Amino acid sequence: MSVLRIIKNRLHKGVVTRPLGIESLGRELKSEIYKRFGRSFHIREVDTGSCGGCESEIIATTNPIYDIQRFGVDFVASPRHADALLVAGPVSKNMALALKKTYDAMPEPKYVITLGECALEGGSFKDSYYVENGVKSIIPVSLHIPGCPPDPAAIIRHLLSFLRGLSIKI
Amino acid sequence: MDCKLIIKDVLEKINIRTSNIEERYGDEIHVAAAHDNFKNICLELHKALKSPVMMLCASDERALRGVFVVTCVFMSAKYRRWIFVNLDIDGNNPKFDSLSKEMYSASLFEREMREMFGIEAIGSPDSRRLRLHNEVWPEGFYPLRKDFDKNSVRAVQAGEYKFRRIEGEGVFEVPVGPVHAGIIGPGHFRFSVAGEPIINLETRLGFTHRGIEKLMEGKAVSEALRITECVTGDSCFGHSLAFSHAVEKICAMTVPEGAQMLRAIFLELERMYNHAADIGGMALDVGFSYPSALASIIKENILALNGKLTGSRYLKNVNRLGGLGKNLTAEDVSSLKEALKSIAEDLCELRAIVYDSVSFMDRVDSTGILKKTTAEDLGIVGLAARASGIPMDLRKDFPGIYGKVKFNLIKQASGDALARLNVRVAEFEESVSIIMQLLEKMSKHNANLTSAEIKFKAGSALGYAEGWRGAILYWVKLNDAGVIERCKIVDPSFHNWEGLSFAVLGNIIPDFPLCNKSFDLSYPGNDL
Repeated sequence: MSVLRIIKNRLHKGVVTRPLGIESLGRELKSEIYKRFGRSFHIREVDTGSCGGCESEIIATTNPIYDIQRFGVDFVASPRHADALLVAGPVSKNMALALKKTYDAMPEPKYVITLGECALEGGSFKDSYYVENGVKSIIPVSLHIPGCPPDPAAIIRHLLSFLRGLSIKI
Repeated sequence: MDCKLIIKDVLEKINIRTSNIEERYGDEIHVAAAHDNFKNICLELHKALKSPVMMLCASDERALRGVFVVTCVFMSAKYRRWIFVNLDIDGNNPKFDSLSKEMYSASLFEREMREMFGIEAIGSPDSRRLRLHNEVWPEGFYPLRKDFDKNSVRAVQAGEYKFRRIEGEGVFEVPVGPVHAGIIGPGHFRFSVAGEPIINLETRLGFTHRGIEKLMEGKAVSEALRITECVTGDSCFGHSLAFSHAVEKICAMTVPEGAQMLRAIFLELERMYNHAADIGGMALDVGFSYPSALASIIKENILALNGKLTGSRYLKNVNRLGGLGKNLTAEDVSSLKEALKSIAEDLCELRAIVYDSVSFMDRVDSTGILKKTTAEDLGIVGLAARASGIPMDLRKDFPGIYGKVKFNLIKQASGDALARLNVRVAEFEESVSIIMQLLEKMSKHNANLTSAEIKFKAGSALGYAEGWRGAILYWVKLNDAGVIERCKIVDPSFHNWEGLSFAVLGNIIPDFPLCNKSFDLSYPGNDL
């Protein structure tokens, strides 16, 4: 019964994935990603004191509406499986060491991407007694995705243009 | 009988005759205590009002009066009052008798006061630090003291945090975190396991501590309002609402009824997207991905709706002191109604899928039980409390604008993951109905959404809102220029993390993600 209903609803709903106007870029990059990163570009996310808004939007990029996986980009559970580290949050003192260790655990080549106002230079928390001066002060950063928080479409767009930049350089 | 007389009675029973009972703002009662009776008064009120410690905090008034003020706050749903017990303690020798042996819900607050102010709770069973981790922060620097200078803090030699050690044959520890496998906040879980069942879980948090309470000090209220939206990203509106409520109380501002209704609508929208995400999250954590995908569509649709109505998917920068910065046009209202209809249909489908799946029900049923007595002792609030049979909901207890709509308080008895799932599903449906009713009533109001110019007054007040997790409390102290002198924030997560540690006992580690998700507590809200 239940399976029938699921199939029925599935057909009724159709494809919910939203066109973002970057599909052609995505397809073009897919072949680049395939060659350069061994089939797919894997990201490990670290929260260094974010409010959770950025995480929520990162998770949203993987929902059926944005579906970032269709471009060959995915999120992984371990830094050892990751090509890039995505960092959100102003880097609370308590997270500085964990961030460094996570970065060190990644294989080369590796990239660090920061996301959200806080990760850049502390954002609203800049003057706090308990935050470092942004992610840059701890590990080298290759890309920043601005916004508080950036919406899922913006995250995907920035990631894809970043990957294109990389593929041109190579 | 009114609450003030009841309190007088309670105090007379323990031979305290005090005339120092003062009513403020219509919903606060302040009792001035002395060193020798503070503890007794708190314990008696705790029993008489059947309230856990809702807030226990300090403020530094040494510059003016040479004292720290310690305030313990209880709640009486019956009389619709917040009861404050205030104690002045000597600024040079800050100590008071610990409450936490008799009243466990005071424990975390006492630890917090010790690390932030250096106020000693004499006889406290646990004085370890919560947020200023020993590895990175030296002894003797108390950030919330007024004379604290962040430049004076020197680098430290790594200290160590002492976890509770469970010993015995075959007992081993499983450390998890702070960096977790998912896209989620950081926290450390230390499981002690014998065979499969968890026999102890110790949660060490504080990893996302950003010093928000200190940052708030010295800020103008309008600036501080924006910071409250960054306390925890899934409750931006709830936090800004609780904060502005406190300021509005102090400055005696009347919020137009239309704005109050619209605020309630946004608060419910926030509740809905989080509840939907958690229903999906619980399914995902047992490997049931179809409903989780559907739930993420529901969440996305609500976020997109928020974005369309207010320009912010997370309802940031919408709330203003005394009202709202954004009204809904007739067009907005009709698109809101339309979107709600399709969102409610999607939820119906989600509901059918999860409840029809025998294997899913088997996983959530009787998993992660939080008993009612435990929940009461720990001072659990909100959704988790209701799932364990405690009928607590600020929307009912202090209704305000919610008094104008009909909705049910959703309560369960079993306290397991299924109960928390049931509460979410039912509350989602109630929220849709609340919004529909409010939209109906709002059409009769005109468009004026902010009260007149703010006239700042010096004073302090408690602001509160029932966020989707539970009671969000802000105790704010202003000076007459509208600058914040002290702001104490209590996110419901601060009470409820302890609940998770008890709920997982006897469960297996593979069920931990499910138990955790069924509470879905905030790391940043707890850590501040």
